Amino acid sequence: MKEATGGNRRIRLLVNFLGPFLGLLLVILIFSLLPDVQDRFLRLGNLKSVATQSVIVALGALGMTFVIISGGIDLSAASNIALSSCVIAFAVNAGWPPWLGILAGVLVGGLIGFVNGTLITTLRLVPFIVTLGMLGIARGVAKWMAGNQKIDAPITWVNELMARSPRPSWLLTAPGVWLMILLAVAMAVVIRFTVFGRHVFAIGSNEATARLCGIRTKRTKIIIYVLAGLFCGLSGVMEFSRLTVGDPTVAVGLELDIIAAVVIGGGSLSGGQGSILGSMIGVFIMAFLRNGCTMMGWPNYIQEIIIGFIIVVAVSLDQLRYRRDS
Amino acid sequence: MDESRRPLLRMEGISKHFGATCALEAVDFDLQRGEVHALVGENGAGKSTLIKILSGAVRPDQGTIWLGGRRFAPASPLESRRAGISVIYQELNLAPHLTVEENITLGREWHAYGFIRRRRMREKVREVLSLVHHQEIAPDIPVQQLGMAARQIVEIARALLEQARILVMDEPTSSLTGEDSQRLFGIIRRLKSQDVSIIYISHFLEEVQEVADRITVLRDGQKAGSGRSEEISLDRIIGMMVGGEVKEMFPRVAHQPGPEALLASEFKGKRMPAAVTLSLRRGEIFGIAGLVGSGRTEFLRAVFGLDMVEGGWVRVGGDEILTGGPRERIRNGLGLLSEDRQGEGLALSLSIVDNLTLSFFAPYVRLGFLRVGRQKKAGWDWIQRMKIKATGPTQPVQSLSGGNQQKVALARLRHQNADVFLLDEPTRGIDIVSKSQIYEWMGELASRGKSILFVSSYFPELLGVCDRIAVFHRGQQVDVKPTEEWDEEGLLAAATTGRSEAL
Repeated sequence: MKEATGGNRRIRLLVNFLGPFLGLLLVILIFSLLPDVQDRFLRLGNLKSVATQSVIVALGALGMTFVIISGGIDLSAASNIALSSCVIAFAVNAGWPPWLGILAGVLVGGLIGFVNGTLITTLRLVPFIVTLGMLGIARGVAKWMAGNQKIDAPITWVNELMARSPRPSWLLTAPGVWLMILLAVAMAVVIRFTVFGRHVFAIGSNEATARLCGIRTKRTKIIIYVLAGLFCGLSGVMEFSRLTVGDPTVAVGLELDIIAAVVIGGGSLSGGQGSILGSMIGVFIMAFLRNGCTMMGWPNYIQEIIIGFIIVVAVSLDQLRYRRDS
Repeated sequence: MDESRRPLLRMEGISKHFGATCALEAVDFDLQRGEVHALVGENGAGKSTLIKILSGAVRPDQGTIWLGGRRFAPASPLESRRAGISVIYQELNLAPHLTVEENITLGREWHAYGFIRRRRMREKVREVLSLVHHQEIAPDIPVQQLGMAARQIVEIARALLEQARILVMDEPTSSLTGEDSQRLFGIIRRLKSQDVSIIYISHFLEEVQEVADRITVLRDGQKAGSGRSEEISLDRIIGMMVGGEVKEMFPRVAHQPGPEALLASEFKGKRMPAAVTLSLRRGEIFGIAGLVGSGRTEFLRAVFGLDMVEGGWVRVGGDEILTGGPRERIRNGLGLLSEDRQGEGLALSLSIVDNLTLSFFAPYVRLGFLRVGRQKKAGWDWIQRMKIKATGPTQPVQSLSGGNQQKVALARLRHQNADVFLLDEPTRGIDIVSKSQIYEWMGELASRGKSILFVSSYFPELLGVCDRIAVFHRGQQVDVKPTEEWDEEGLLAAATTGRSEAL
């Protein structure tokens, strides 16, 4: 009665897997059929710019996927990105070699994550509260450090990470895009094929069970938040690369885009579900939408409304699928 | 026909198909005024479908229902409730933050222009509470402060307030202690005398015989038999339920207790402060009887490092263990089966194989990477060894039946190479066939020199499989004797009074 046949299940798995993909294809299809933009939308140049625009959210979403699968949330992601972008600008401005600046930016991101994770596990506070607090703290520290203005920095090779026409030209697209792809593949492997990844799922599915099975839940959770922080730090580096300055007011509200991407891609806020591929598709659905709407000359609020709808539709479709499964 | 002799409820030829599976096939069921009619059967036998049809949640494909002499075809649960049929489900439907009174009157508050008329309501609430009298319950207590038994009674009170004529109780005693169950039976008798009719669903056949006037057994969607409860024996009921699948409820597997495996001395957990001293031998099944709250669960959890330890010590295989948590205990060769299968024992959304191997990934790991193929293959092996009914190792645990879920949780302990098994209510809420398989499995473990601490509220199973039985009372072991020297009355007396030789 409850048991589906093997073939049936495989088809269902395929549908589950393809679900977000279909959404992405639908978005692309719609814009490539709209007469006003169809000739420009699928051009290589435009695809490249969509990819570049996705990098910052995508890097944040990689870490957020781990957090959400483990049943947590990280509201401090965007503030963390802003802080890291200021840290690297500060460092480069102070005459540090660029690579050291990058390292500093990424590590500060990781530090924020470490503080988040430690507070969540030792004070037994819910992640929502801890990271909500950190949202304010990190943003405040960024502004303080920057003296409440932008931090200028000399142009270095760091700024080429997000250049639309990269040097050398055989790279085809910005190095940041390649980095994003590389890291996404790596994280997909980590989450699917490592013990750590399996522990993340177990904690999100049922933390009590994980504890019963001897998993060091506290340690694992701290690692998860550190990982998320490191990705935010890297995302901040990319933000700096794009803007060429450190801006403490950048990326306000971006944490919601990041969370939305993960959720559109099948991540469940109650934990235990989600995938890197799904999250990346979520990122691209939103990036293509933004790009298409801008090309159509639609105002910003139209984009916001559409994306709002997409989130609700995507999650309710997901729910429907799971309800049918069980 | 004489009004008093005509059944209050008659269900005739009820059939229901879900897709290709037949959930019910021409089932008849009837209920007299003031009668307790028990419905028993394995999981999936059709009990819940029958109840869902009666409560309007599901519509039958065929068959008719007569209620008080009139055709009754409820289209929704609300309609059925209005007709006086109340179902009290296993998972109680209470709002924990609200008070008893607020819960009882939820959805039918007395009010004037939206303002609640408290005094009026209080009168009514007191009236129904007096019917089900329970010392813990007062109208202003938040439900979350009540124990399981009291919560259930709040639900019953709610049904009474709705003037239910038929009360359906789905496994009402599955989370109650023996004492609380007895109190519930008292309430059932009082309700009977008030002409309330009760459909009583339970896995506990002894209590069914005690409380019910009639018993109907379902098997595979069909009525397997029916009769007055004093006229059909337990063996016949079991025979009807399983249709010859279980030859013996407690299959004995020969085993010989050997040297000491675990020794606890003056061991105190933080949650249950009294001290426990007990010794468990290799190849022994050691039962722990006691009421809920007697400290049996707390003892196991503290030994396993899930709860803080306050004092005393435990030795496993001669080595003292004190520091660390479950991770270290697993390395010491301990394995704990949680009493809360769904809340703690299993990660329901994960697959069978992940749940099974979660505590011991080592055989499938190289450099931090899982060798998924090997893991899956092991999953197939365990599914066969434990006779788990599943489509394959990647099936999510939540889609398994209770008995098969429990086998996954038990297989995990075996998989992690435990030597000492701490089993907390391993057969709670599962079907008879699985139960019998689990008893046999425990016997096999003992015959291989493993040790088992078997905690249960269900005394017959302790008497059926254990070598020795200890009784816990208020956090202390009050008595330990070989099983032959115990009987059910003795266990109950010791568990309730804390004295081994109750007069």
